[in-house]
Amino acid sequence: MNGLFIFLQGISVWLMSIVGWVFDFITLHGFADWFRSPGVVFFLTNFLAALVVFIVGFLISITFIWEERKILGRLMDRRGTQVGVLGLFQNFADGLKAFIKEIIIPDEVDKWIYDAAPVILIGISCLLIGLIPLSPDFALANLNGGLLLIFAIFSIAPFAILIGGWASNNKYTIMGGMRAAAQLISYEVPLLLSLVGVVILAGSFNLMDIVQAQQQAGVWFIIPQFLGCLVFMVAAIAEVERIPFDLPEAEAELVEGWQTEYGGMRFGLIMLSEYVRGYAASMVAVILFLGGWDGPSFIWPEIWFIIKVFILFAVWIWVRGALMRVTTKQILGIGWKRLMPLALINLGIAIAIKMAGWL
Amino acid sequence: MRTEVGKVEQRQGLAAGGKSGETIAKSMLEKFPNGVKVTSTAANRVNATVDRGLLYKVAEFLKNEMDFEHVTSVSGVDWYPENRMQAVFHITSYANRVTAEIIVDLPRDSPEVDSVTPLWGGANWNERETYDMFGIIFKGHPRLERILTAPGSDYFPYRKDFAGGRRV
Amino acid sequence: MSEMWLNMGPQHPMTHGLWNLRVKIDGETITEAEPVVGYLHRGWEKLTETRTFPQIIPMADRLCYGASLSWSHCYCLTAEKLLDVEVPERAKYIRTIVLEAQRIGSHLMWLAALGTDLGSYTVFLYPMRERELFLDLMQDLCGARLTYNYPRIGGVRNDVPANFERDFTRVLNHFEKKIPDYEALCDESTVFHMRMDDVGKLTAEQAINLGVTGPNLRGSGVDYDIRRDDPYDAYSQIDFNVCVQKSCDAYARYRVRMDELYESVNIIRQAIKDMPKGPVRVKPPRNAVKGKSDWAHTEDPRGEAFMYIIGNGDDHPYRLKVRSPIFVTVSAAAWMLKGYKVADVPAIMGSVDMCLGETDR
Repeated sequence: MNGLFIFLQGISVWLMSIVGWVFDFITLHGFADWFRSPGVVFFLTNFLAALVVFIVGFLISITFIWEERKILGRLMDRRGTQVGVLGLFQNFADGLKAFIKEIIIPDEVDKWIYDAAPVILIGISCLLIGLIPLSPDFALANLNGGLLLIFAIFSIAPFAILIGGWASNNKYTIMGGMRAAAQLISYEVPLLLSLVGVVILAGSFNLMDIVQAQQQAGVWFIIPQFLGCLVFMVAAIAEVERIPFDLPEAEAELVEGWQTEYGGMRFGLIMLSEYVRGYAASMVAVILFLGGWDGPSFIWPEIWFIIKVFILFAVWIWVRGALMRVTTKQILGIGWKRLMPLALINLGIAIAIKMAGWL
Repeated sequence: MRTEVGKVEQRQGLAAGGKSGETIAKSMLEKFPNGVKVTSTAANRVNATVDRGLLYKVAEFLKNEMDFEHVTSVSGVDWYPENRMQAVFHITSYANRVTAEIIVDLPRDSPEVDSVTPLWGGANWNERETYDMFGIIFKGHPRLERILTAPGSDYFPYRKDFAGGRRV
Repeated sequence: MSEMWLNMGPQHPMTHGLWNLRVKIDGETITEAEPVVGYLHRGWEKLTETRTFPQIIPMADRLCYGASLSWSHCYCLTAEKLLDVEVPERAKYIRTIVLEAQRIGSHLMWLAALGTDLGSYTVFLYPMRERELFLDLMQDLCGARLTYNYPRIGGVRNDVPANFERDFTRVLNHFEKKIPDYEALCDESTVFHMRMDDVGKLTAEQAINLGVTGPNLRGSGVDYDIRRDDPYDAYSQIDFNVCVQKSCDAYARYRVRMDELYESVNIIRQAIKDMPKGPVRVKPPRNAVKGKSDWAHTEDPRGEAFMYIIGNGDDHPYRLKVRSPIFVTVSAAAWMLKGYKVADVPAIMGSVDMCLGETDR
């Protein structure tokens, strides 16, 4: 973040000097000095840095949507989106369409909670973008408990879905909300168990430390932790509610499930939050198992990281194109009866490797 | 991935060892000498007219003793000029590969006949439709309600005195 | 949750048409089911009483728009029996070929709809791609893609175009290589088996008694096919297998239709080879005998299509009754759905292959 940070610091100094000059002009010298002080400049620099990280993450997750539509289209023997250069503008067009739609709110919804649910969902999804570093230099926050915090934030989603479905005052949405919550909660456990193996091998919850451990060991953690990677992938696909696990939003069965009563931009935000969570989940998967930004040094590590994330997401899209939806009973069965034992075995392997001192 | 499928054994007409249309017609006439008139037979067809009081017994006889397992269709015909209606039952026997056509004449002002739904569940919706379209009442039907027209209608569309549209 | 009635429909992406399925659920389990049809009722049978015999043929196309040729053909068979018309041999073979092509098209559309019900849009697009080839063949033959108006009382409308044999052979060869693709997407997918195995069970006795016919009946182990057991057209001279499965569940019904795809390809190839030369149409008499009645039944892609006609002495029918296979199968839906979960409903009703046009007429 160094070069970029200094650049942003320069911008904020410049901005605050203008603001200070304005306040000097109207002879409020106290305010002018306060605005020019290093504390305010530091705050503004961090704010601009957060804005940059957010915009980059946001644009990349919108590009994810483009990637999904193109690759899914080719899997189905058709071209994907065509609007604009290579179809890249389709998502902006869709966003604009969602934005200008008429907002229809049913009469008997619980207004506060109905409004709050998509806000919570998109809020926590965007929070995840800020927590995951793209490289040692491009990080907004490098927390020592970073991994734990990320998955804690992932787990707020079932809450938002449940209250959204309930507040819509509709038989279908209640059922959809409960199904979604059951699915997400039951897949948290194998998800977290699978990453404990990585944490044991790396020795820390800090994301940068995990990547560093992989670079030092010379092998990406997918090789010693193959089972863990598999469990994590399946559980992550269930967490972000993609096919084959998208029963909560199944069109053919409950007509969009818990989101039935949301229209216009609220629905746009919910759809966006699904993709942002998918983006965050694939970023975490790349950091944990595929070496993060590890790669030859002729490309920037950020670009390397993003390329890996795109490739991993392409595999998830492939899974979506080939498989069908799984029903609730079977989803819960898979989560508890198949993934949990595999995750526990994986944990044993990680402990054995660490104790044998191979990594 | 092809599963093994059954080879063709029998071409047309009679199943091996099954009863032919003529045999069935003869058995029907023996069992019900009055009230059943057989109009025509072929190797795999029996056409008969049955009195409306005897319909249920004839149906039971066909199902239990002549192996008629499947009712293909129940329909109504409105002979408006002759002031009568008909209920026409087509019943098939898979075992014998014979189809029987049973016609029951009903007076137009009280078109009631026994329902064969207790014997063959496939007649259920067919009879409901005949009631809906003609007003023929099937006594003993578990749920004789309108099925295709709007609930609460008070007309029977396929009767000849219901306005039909001009001839094209 | 206590028991409640849930309306799946009439506006619902699953339902392939406009009907309402009311299910009584206890939590997620279905305890009762009640289909409600009649939204598409057009009074078809009454309309036919005001039309002449040839004018009814395009009307019959619109009975089930997904398999329209089988209905206009069934009507032509019935009218030919009423008017005592003998169809020339070449016309019989042409009818067989296009009927089987229509069966393939209808089954491909069923597979596409099943794919969307189960959540896989790839399974939707692959059969539709091949169905386009068959629709192109039909367009070469009679000019239309969906409602053909091709059979006539006394034969078919026109002879086959030039390159008929070459085009059909090309399409069939290409199509035969694609069926394993669909099977790979479905049969070899564990998720598909999880969803379709052991759901929607209908035993053979129940199926026969409830009047279920066609692939749904053969999926329950009953070996009955009108093409073999009561043949019409050129089927008595063609060697084909009847596809039967024993397991009585939704997967069995799926498997029967996939096997029928292979069989139809086989039948078309034989019919093209054996087709004799000759006229394709004879002129039928104009008027029917007053009071004479007759009926005919065919093996529609969905079951047993049956029509019963009564003549009026002039060129309009007095009464034309249509028995649609799906009308009766939907009434058996209550038995197929009891005891399963709400999430199984698309799989079960998808395996039944509903078409609302013929249900409501």
